[in-house]
Amino acid sequence: MGHPALAADFTADRERARWHDRALWFVREKRDRMATGVPEWEKLRETASAIKRHTQSLMSDYLQQFEENATRHGAVVHWAADAAEHNRIVLSILQHHRVQRLVKSKSMLTEECHLNPFLEQHGISVIDTDLGERIVQLREEPPSHIVLPAIHIKKEEVGECFHEHLGTEKGASDPKYLTEAARGHLRSCFCEADAGLTGVNFAIAETGGIVICTNEGNADLGIGMPKIHIACMGMEKLLPRAADLSVFLRLLARSATGQPITTYSSHFHGPQQGGELHIVIVDNGRSEILQSEFRQALDCIRCGACMNTCPVYRRSGGHSYESTVPGPIGSILTPLQSPAENSTLPFACSLCGSCTDVCPVKIPLHHQLFAMRERLDQQQLIGTGKKLQMKALSVVLSNTWLYSLVGNMARLALRVLPKFLTQNPLTPAGQWARQRELPEAPRKSFRQLYAERQQKYKNNSPDSQT
Amino acid sequence: MKVALFIPCYIDQFYPDVGLATLQVLESVGVQVDFPEQQTCCGQPMANSGCMSEARPLAEKFIDTFAGYDYVVSPSGSCVSMVRNHYDHLVSASDRQATLVRRQTLELGEFVVQVLGIRSLSGVFPHQVGLHQSCHGLRELRLGPCSESMTARESLLQLLLGSFTGISFSQLQRKDECCGFGGTFAVGEEAVSAMMGEDRINDHLQAGTEVLTAGDMSCLMHLDGIIRRRALPIRVLHYAQIMAQAMQQAPDARQKRTANTGQH
Repeated sequence: MGHPALAADFTADRERARWHDRALWFVREKRDRMATGVPEWEKLRETASAIKRHTQSLMSDYLQQFEENATRHGAVVHWAADAAEHNRIVLSILQHHRVQRLVKSKSMLTEECHLNPFLEQHGISVIDTDLGERIVQLREEPPSHIVLPAIHIKKEEVGECFHEHLGTEKGASDPKYLTEAARGHLRSCFCEADAGLTGVNFAIAETGGIVICTNEGNADLGIGMPKIHIACMGMEKLLPRAADLSVFLRLLARSATGQPITTYSSHFHGPQQGGELHIVIVDNGRSEILQSEFRQALDCIRCGACMNTCPVYRRSGGHSYESTVPGPIGSILTPLQSPAENSTLPFACSLCGSCTDVCPVKIPLHHQLFAMRERLDQQQLIGTGKKLQMKALSVVLSNTWLYSLVGNMARLALRVLPKFLTQNPLTPAGQWARQRELPEAPRKSFRQLYAERQQKYKNNSPDSQT
Repeated sequence: MKVALFIPCYIDQFYPDVGLATLQVLESVGVQVDFPEQQTCCGQPMANSGCMSEARPLAEKFIDTFAGYDYVVSPSGSCVSMVRNHYDHLVSASDRQATLVRRQTLELGEFVVQVLGIRSLSGVFPHQVGLHQSCHGLRELRLGPCSESMTARESLLQLLLGSFTGISFSQLQRKDECCGFGGTFAVGEEAVSAMMGEDRINDHLQAGTEVLTAGDMSCLMHLDGIIRRRALPIRVLHYAQIMAQAMQQAPDARQKRTANTGQH
């Protein structure tokens, strides 16, 4: 369907779109207050960006170092070239242990690989244990935000969903009551699970350890009871040293939700006693991105700050992007993977640059979106209509005489022709005029007025009078 | 000092008064400017659509037109940023002339404050002004403090406008959110664009804005389109127009330079 049509649907319900916008703007403002409280904020961003640049330039070395050290702690490291291999690896571990019930904490990577439907096809039940993710899982829809998966759902709607699935009172919408119900429900899921799967926020090459950040402690609960822990990570989650965490942990939660730090930042070095820890490292197109001009997009630490600040995302909702990672960073990553299906995303952006300035690792997001448009043009994916318009515009603007002529004719047309011609809904002018007036066309252009003015000066100057 | 005026194509065609006001402001601070007549457009509409091969002839034309001037001054942060920040793929980095023209292409406020060293103007403008921070001027040229960034910066527009007698500024709830113009975005994503514009205008209405101004007429064209459609009580002026009007009210028509610190 494309972003413009889905966004038009979302904005058509103004009340709801405004509510969504305000909810996310509230998070953006919390982030601002937190950032203001750290005098060295901009230095931290600079440092984070430098660490990422360094890590990526030595990616293969650090990956091998990580594997060595993680293995030393007793973890098993698996390598997956793509989503299908990732899913096969996870399934084979689960089948080996005859796992029937899997609890899972938030992992955007498994969303990217569509792991849940794959496992369900093979008879394994998967319960997402992050509250927001559980809500969207019960509603059978994808997350609309990477940090706040259910931000598009109102508490009354959560109440309805829980009434249907968890047996809460009809009409109840008190967040505390609903959260308590979810807690009870999830406790029993944790107790019954045969294995736990988590994402990874940071993997440390120097120590072979992994770090998982959550606010609900659901990752810790999910792997505390069962003996099998599978941790899935994109290869870009790597950091060279444990000391680097001091930079990233300070930036992550402040940027994501405006908290000084996530409630739980759990470190894992090897499996628990008598258990197994499997770490699945996934490429799925990342090596290719690393070699492209978009490599900085891999610096992303999935804080979601670019979504919270994006004026388009806030008003169009996460689902309008039809992409695992929506918003500015998703509009770079998703078209890199499948450009033809996602060619409208880099244009779902007014190039305001707010994302670039909030990004804690200084990804030049709006510059990359600009560059992505050029790439789509090279791939002939911007649409023939637009391409023809731009070709024609370029010819007219390249010739001053032609430009002046067309300008004068267009202004005259706007003044004398009836609106059904000048505001034909099939033309760009008609699109503009759906909710806005076109500019009023003056009789003379600036260059005409300027020429007249110069002529007047010349006539009045002493030279012309002698 | 040889100074050229660059009047973006849509200002030339639809807002000649903004061009005249810019000329008037520059002349009243003692700068004589040329308007090279072969100029048309910086190429931004094509570049923002991804069509670099269609933007290239315009970038080349821009460099040709303005080569040889000490400064190119324009009342548009967005077009200036296009030239300074986005010509990398369009003109050669080894072309010294192109590099020079790009570096010396300045937004009106940058030229007045940073090159001429003027930090205050005398004039009268007894109205409540709502300052819309156009994104490219703000986040690409850094003409003022950005709410996302923790780096302190001075707002050049507020500095210049703030020196007029009688002027006051609206206190906005969101002081630098995008208006939703975004070039072809305004048409390609019409629904979101219009809602963004509506939200900006509502912010100005609650703050009591009488005159809505900005450094980019393109943002104002979009906002004014919504204001006129809804017949709202807000007047729209480019900040060069406010300066020109205010300075006409000044007791001394010829402005004195009140500081001379600006070496560009």
